[in-house]
Parts: sequence; structure tokens; C-alpha cells
Amino acid sequence: MTEIILKIRNLHVTFDTPFGQVLAVRGVDLDVMKGEVLGVVGESGSGKSVSFLATMGLLSSRARVSGSIVLDGEELIGKSPQQMRSVRGRVMSMIFQDPLSALNPVHRIGKQISEMLQSHQELTKKQAATRATELLDLVGITQPAERATQFPHEFSGGMRQRVVIAIAIANNPKLLIADEPTTALDVTVQAQILEVIKRVQQQLGTAVVLITHDLGIIARVADRVDVMYAGRNVEQGLVDDLYDHPSHPYTRGLLRSIPRPGKERLTPIAGFPPNMISPPSGCAFRTRCEYATEQCETTIPELKLFTDLQTACLRANELPDFRIAQ
Amino acid sequence: MRGLILGFALNSHSQRITPRQMALSRFFSHKAAVISCLILLILTLFVILAPFTARYGVNQSVQLPPNSFLTPRANAWLGTDDIGRDLYSRLIYGVRVSLMIGLVSAIVSVTIGALVGAVAGFRGGRFDDIVMRITDLFLAFPFLVTLLIVRNVLGAISWIKPLTGEMNSVRFIIILFSIFGWMSVARIVRGQVLSLKEREFIEAARAVGASRRFIIRQHLIPNSIGPIMVSLTFSVVGAITGESTLAFFGYGPQAGEGATSLGILVGAAKGAVQTGYWWLAVFPCLTLVVISLSINFIGDALRDATDTQLDRGA
Amino acid sequence: MNSELLRVTNLVKNFQIRRTKRSGSVKRLVQAVSNVSFSIEKGQTLGLVGESGSGKTTVGRCILRLVEPTSGKIEFDGQDLGSMEFEELRALRRKMQIVFQDPFASLDPKMTVGASIAEPLIVQRVPGSHSDKIIELLELVGLSADHASRFPHEFSGGQRQRIGIARALALNPALIILDEPVSALDVSIQAGVINLFDDLQKKLSIGYLFIAHDLSVVRHIADRVAVMYLGKIVEIGDQETVYENPTHPYTKALLSAVPLTDPKIERTRTRLMLEGEVPSPMNPPSGCRFRTRCWKAQDVCSQEEPILTLRPSGQMSACHFPEA
Repeated sequence: MTEIILKIRNLHVTFDTPFGQVLAVRGVDLDVMKGEVLGVVGESGSGKSVSFLATMGLLSSRARVSGSIVLDGEELIGKSPQQMRSVRGRVMSMIFQDPLSALNPVHRIGKQISEMLQSHQELTKKQAATRATELLDLVGITQPAERATQFPHEFSGGMRQRVVIAIAIANNPKLLIADEPTTALDVTVQAQILEVIKRVQQQLGTAVVLITHDLGIIARVADRVDVMYAGRNVEQGLVDDLYDHPSHPYTRGLLRSIPRPGKERLTPIAGFPPNMISPPSGCAFRTRCEYATEQCETTIPELKLFTDLQTACLRANELPDFRIAQ
Repeated sequence: MRGLILGFALNSHSQRITPRQMALSRFFSHKAAVISCLILLILTLFVILAPFTARYGVNQSVQLPPNSFLTPRANAWLGTDDIGRDLYSRLIYGVRVSLMIGLVSAIVSVTIGALVGAVAGFRGGRFDDIVMRITDLFLAFPFLVTLLIVRNVLGAISWIKPLTGEMNSVRFIIILFSIFGWMSVARIVRGQVLSLKEREFIEAARAVGASRRFIIRQHLIPNSIGPIMVSLTFSVVGAITGESTLAFFGYGPQAGEGATSLGILVGAAKGAVQTGYWWLAVFPCLTLVVISLSINFIGDALRDATDTQLDRGA
Repeated sequence: MNSELLRVTNLVKNFQIRRTKRSGSVKRLVQAVSNVSFSIEKGQTLGLVGESGSGKTTVGRCILRLVEPTSGKIEFDGQDLGSMEFEELRALRRKMQIVFQDPFASLDPKMTVGASIAEPLIVQRVPGSHSDKIIELLELVGLSADHASRFPHEFSGGQRQRIGIARALALNPALIILDEPVSALDVSIQAGVINLFDDLQKKLSIGYLFIAHDLSVVRHIADRVAVMYLGKIVEIGDQETVYENPTHPYTKALLSAVPLTDPKIERTRTRLMLEGEVPSPMNPPSGCRFRTRCWKAQDVCSQEEPILTLRPSGQMSACHFPEA
């Protein structure tokens, strides 16, 4: 059960833009275990989405990717587009925020799922159609056989996202990457979709990477958490540990700034999101950190084990204790 | 990919950039457009400084007879025409007339079109419907045929003459192209306004009590400058080639005293193909092609440069 | 002197849209807002919470007359807005303003920040050069004077939102409609902006109508809360009462669906999961509009529409079988 399905080491991604080079990802290390739900948390400029778009090989040619991404034992960086096409949809899949743009409006839902099945498996039309109906049932769509003949516009937002999930898991991939899958959905629908993802993970044994900015969602479904800031890892660990006694000032700041029961004043994190064309030297969070020293300006902090969390902070052992008051 | 790196401020580390500067830098990254600008600039200079750059008058013979249909030589760089006039000089004067026709009619039709389009798009409803149907009506007729018919009909109405000038005059042709040029601009500007109308900064202006006129002037037109400028360039090309087409069929501007236009010179190419006097066809047509292509490249680059999606920041 | 700032009575807004079906095109009525009533006191905040299709955004736009209400009465500072002439209304617009959700679309990209902030002053023909006022407003929202000559694209989302707030404050309004003002912002920035709203309210005694889909955000700033579903208010009362003792099943489900940032609690709490999704506002269910997703629904719910009734705990809710 502790087998690693995705191993990212020293991932760097830069974009050439008219404004200069954007250093979106600056040395990310990440492990995803088989069958677990890893929550990746970060805000604008954190590089969380870009890291996984790079994993899927979906970045434009303007992006330069270096490092190592090993999926189920195979190195992905350096693969040709053709090879990546064989990997995508079969070994790993990705779903995004807007289900409407992910679906083809002029094809029936059943056909879109069958298409996905038949592009990676040897199935007849009939077999694919049957499997498509099964998948719709798995993601909780009532009357799946009938609904498979419908078009995307006949589904509501939450239903569409379920369909998108069905397409993504059609070939039983080992890894499902979900990039902000519930951000565009109502709160009550969000709860349903999270249930679906959890069910998929349990029934199919799929590892799930859940990318989000919402710490509440992570608390609900994730087993482990990776916090990112300014293109780097900042803290990693089991979800209970991270929420209970985070070491990194950014994680602490995030937890403190979230509205919670009770009407005391919120504590924002000072400053603004980082400029990824010229991010601060050393530790990028230092411009907003109350504990920053001169050392933070010159040295890039590495992830080190501190208590039971991996933390990238030079002063992790000097910081006062922190527990969230409930 | 743009959406992924939105959200951070550019102010702290990079220099100040206004939207205009961003547009300019995008424009100048199109090499074809830059070269086109240079070409047009040189051409315009030549044309403005006509008395100096032209070697002869527009109706002047190069030498005493025999002087007709001379091949390109030292005293007539591009050869001479049927009565011995220097083609090079006539080309300069001709381009001057055509450029003027192109520019003036383009400015007039774009102004009309932009106003019509902006008001129609913003007011919407029945007004918009009516205006658009009129536009469609104009667009439905085949351009050339309508042009000729309107030309002959208008030209026959005697009381219009003082306003428009003779059927053959430059002024008449400018008016003609203005009447027929505004529709496509109106459509484009209307489309732009429709998409801008729902944007929240327009609602914000309404929320403070801004009048329709204020919003059109302050917000809609400035944000439509891109499509308007692009329309302008394509209108100029349309007018110049339109004038050439008219002249080709013999309906070009005849201002008398040997005055000419690019269209008339191109029209003279008809005969030249059979007789073998290649310079009379090649040089005018080449000039027309170069001018049209250049303006087209500039128009394309302008369209890219003023794409408002890119104004959202990195 | 009456301390009531805004009173909305029986507000109704229907939209006519054309739908193409196989049989041809049909005119349909979207009942966006159906009989909504509430009031806001001076310097107080009413949170208006609901999901998509609830009509909350439309309510905000109706109050400002950005959208014309179909029927109902809106009284601002004791004056009936419906019976006003255009010029009178224009003068009143000074006192009511709005902050939008999308910080990237709410500022004209071609205008400098200073010009955008000064626009209300220009439209309302406030005399003077405005430059002092612009600086004052920028500093009030936590930005600096030299930002005035810059363009929107040079700012981050949170900063743009602050510029939008500065613009809303330009005319010294007594009421600001906040239409999902922090939804598009990063979490760490949201807190700062919410604090700013709080400070401004205390300093300038402004009333807010805080429209949101995020219950947790509203909790921090609202004095009273109204929950909307499919165009109707289903529960309304003091913030604490509604959050601690919700009486309407929808409110309960909504509170249950919001994930808390504590994994241990999240794992063990019992969740009220709603079936299905919000029905279309073109075809709302008969009787109680929430009945198609309610676990308590009975026959009477489809026959009789429940009306807002006062509950023992102090708030009002519209349900035939309210929660204890």
C-alpha cells in the first residue's frame, strides 16, 4: 500500500511571455501513493496547476519543463506527444474546473464515454456502450441508460462534472488528477461531487490528486496534503497532522485567515501574491513572513522532517507552538 | 495558459507599462507589419513631395516625338505611355489621388459606421434590429453593380451636382465609397459593443447614474479602438482597390488635364497586355499590389495588437 | 429619526426568455425573484446567501435599478424608489453603490485607476479637481497615492477589488451592495478585504447587503442573514440564531455542506446530503419550492406554499415542518 504511483523530482517549468520569463514551478518534489488522496493546496502563483499540467504533458510549446516525472515506473519527461497520448486516459487522467467546456456539445454523453473507452481498449461498440452505462451508474447518475443518449446541455452543472469524472475513469487509470473540480459548483453540489470522487477512489483503487485552494475540501477528503507557494513545496504531511500543528508560517497563516465559527476578527496574511517573473530570492514567503531573517533572503529552504511533517522553513524549530483554537 | 498566471501584480519589479505601450510592443513584433509601415511611409513621402520627387509634370511629354511607348530608360525610368508621358511621374501623381480617395472615404465611412454600430449595439432592442436590417440590405447588393447603378442614378440627378461634383470627379467617388463603406464597420463595432455591454465596469458606470451618451463616449468607443482601427485599414484597401476596379471599367475619376489615378493607370494595362508594352501593366499593378498587401499586413498586426483579452495582465 | 436604511417589500422580478424546443420557440418566464421582503438598518449588514438560481444577485441589481423590478416596493431612507422621476433617482444613486464580484472585469482596462475612482464624481458633477479625494480613497482602502496613475492590469486581484471598493465609496454612500465581493480572491487575501469592509462600516457607518454563496464568509460580517432558494427567502433572522439554530431544512443542509477546516471533525460529522440539484427557475416546484430535495417532504408541501413564520428561537422561516 505504500507503493508510489507518481514520483516528481526537481520539477522546473518556465514560460516565455512578452513580460519576461515566468518561473511557474521552481523545483517541486512530490510523491503520490497508490490509492491515496493527495490534496495539493496553493493560491495564485503557487504553481500547483502547472505542475500537474506538466505531468499530463498538456503545456503549450512555450513552456520549458525539466526534472523528472515518473508515473508507474515510467519517466514521462522526454516522451513524444504520441507516447503521451497513450498514457493519458489510460494510466492517468485529469479533470478540470469547468465541466461544460470539457464536453463536446454536439455528441451524446454515452458516445463521449465510449470514445474514451475505445481509444485505449479493444471493445466493440456494444461493449463500450454497456460499460459507459455502468460508469454513469458508478458516478451516481440515475437512469444511466436513458441519460447516456442525452447531450451535455441537458445536464446540470453537477451532473456534467459527474460525466466528466466518468470519462476520466473509463479506462481505470491508476491516477486521477482533479484541478479545482468543485470551484464552479454550488456548495451542496460540491459535497455530492466530493462523495463521488471518494467513492471512485475506494471502489477502483485510483490515486487522486486534488488540487484546490479550499482548505475545507482537503480536510474532508484528503489523506495527505502538500502545500505549495511561489512554485515550491512549503509543507507536506498527513492531513490530521498538518491541520493540527502546522510548522510553516504560510500554512499557519492560511489556517488563521479562514473564516470559522465565531465572530472574531480574521487574520489575513500580510502582503500580496508573489510575482512569478521575479520572485523574492531565497524563501519566497519571506516578504510576508513575520519570522523572516537575513538568512531567509539568501538560502532556499529545503523540505526537512520536523516532528511529523516535512517543512521547508529554515526556522521551523525556532517558531512558537501553534494550534488552531476551535 | 494565460489564466494560470493571472493574479499577481506587475508593479513591484517590472517597469510601468500602459495599455498603449503593450499594444505598440505587440504591433512591432510583427515583422511584416513593420516592413509594410516603412514601405508605406516611403511611398507617402514620395507622394507628398510630388513636385520634387516626380521628374515631369503629370501631362508633360518626356521628349519631342517619337516619344510614345518608350521602354524604361534613363530619361523615363519606368517608360512612357501612349502620348509620351513619363510613367514614373504619373504613377506618383496617380498614387496621390488614390491614397487620398482611400483615406478620406475610409475616415468618413468608419466614423459613420462606428457611431451607428455603437449606438445600435448599446441601445439594442428595436432600434438595433432596424439598423441592422438596413445594414444587411446594403450588404446584400453586389458591390460593383450597385456602385455603378448608384453612380449613374445619382449623377443624373441635377440638383445633387453642386454637392457631389461631377460624376467623374474625385469628390463624387469619395462620397460613393463612403456610402458603401460604413456597413462592415458598423457590424464590427456593434459586435464589440455587445460584448462590452455586459462587462461589470459598464454596470458600475450605470450604477453611478451615467447617461448612455457618457458610457458610449467614455467606455465603449475607447475600448473599441482596436476593431475600429483595423476596420479603417481594411476600408482604405477596399476603397483603393474599388477605385481601381471602377477605373478599369472606364468609370474612374477623370479630373481632366491628364490628371490620373492609380486606378486609371491600372486600367490602361488592359491594352498593354496585347500590345506588349509590359511596363504600362507591370508597374501600376505592382504598386497596387504592394500598397494593398502592406495595408493588409498592418491591419492584421493591429488586430493582434489591440486584442483586449491580453489587457488582463500577465 | 428612523434608523431604517432600506426596506424591500414583496419584490418580484421575472425575466422573459425565448426557449427553442423541437416544436418551435416558446416564450418562458424565469421567476428569478418571487416576493422577497427584508430590511436593513443603518450601519448594519444583511447577509443574503444562496446558491445558483436563488435570485440573490438579481435582488441586488433590482435595488439599484440596474434591472427594473417587475413589482414590489423599495424604500430607501424612507423614500419610495418606484415612484421617482429619473432625475430624483439619479441624485439618490449617490447614496447606494455596488462592488462587483469579478475584480478583472469591474475596472475599465483603458482607464487609469484614478480615473476609474473619480468617475462617480464626474458623472454626478461633483465640483472640484477630485485629486485629493482620489488619494484619500486610495489610502482608505489600503493602497497608496502613486497607484492613481497606474492601469488595472498592473494590480493583483485583491488590489483591484480594493480599487473597486474605493470607487464605491467615492460618493459617500449610505448603502453598498456587495455582490460576492471576495469569491474571486485568494483565501489569504479574502481575509484582508473582509476586515476592510468591517473597518469601513465602523468608520463610515455604511450599511451592507452582502450577497454570497459562501456561508462562512458571511458569518464574520453579517448582523442578520437571509437564506434564499429559487427566488424565495426561506429563512431570515439574526446571524447567530440562524447559524446555531437553523429551522429550515435547506439552511441546515447548506450549513452541513460547507467543509470545515478540521479533518477530525469532518470525518466524524454527520452530513445532510441533498439529492439532485436546484430545479430550473422557469419551472419551480408547486407549493414549497424546496420540496423536491427535502427529506421531510409530505403531500401538504406540494399543495400549500409555506409562509415565513416566526419561530421560538427568534428567526423567521418558511416550512411546514421546521427543524427544532
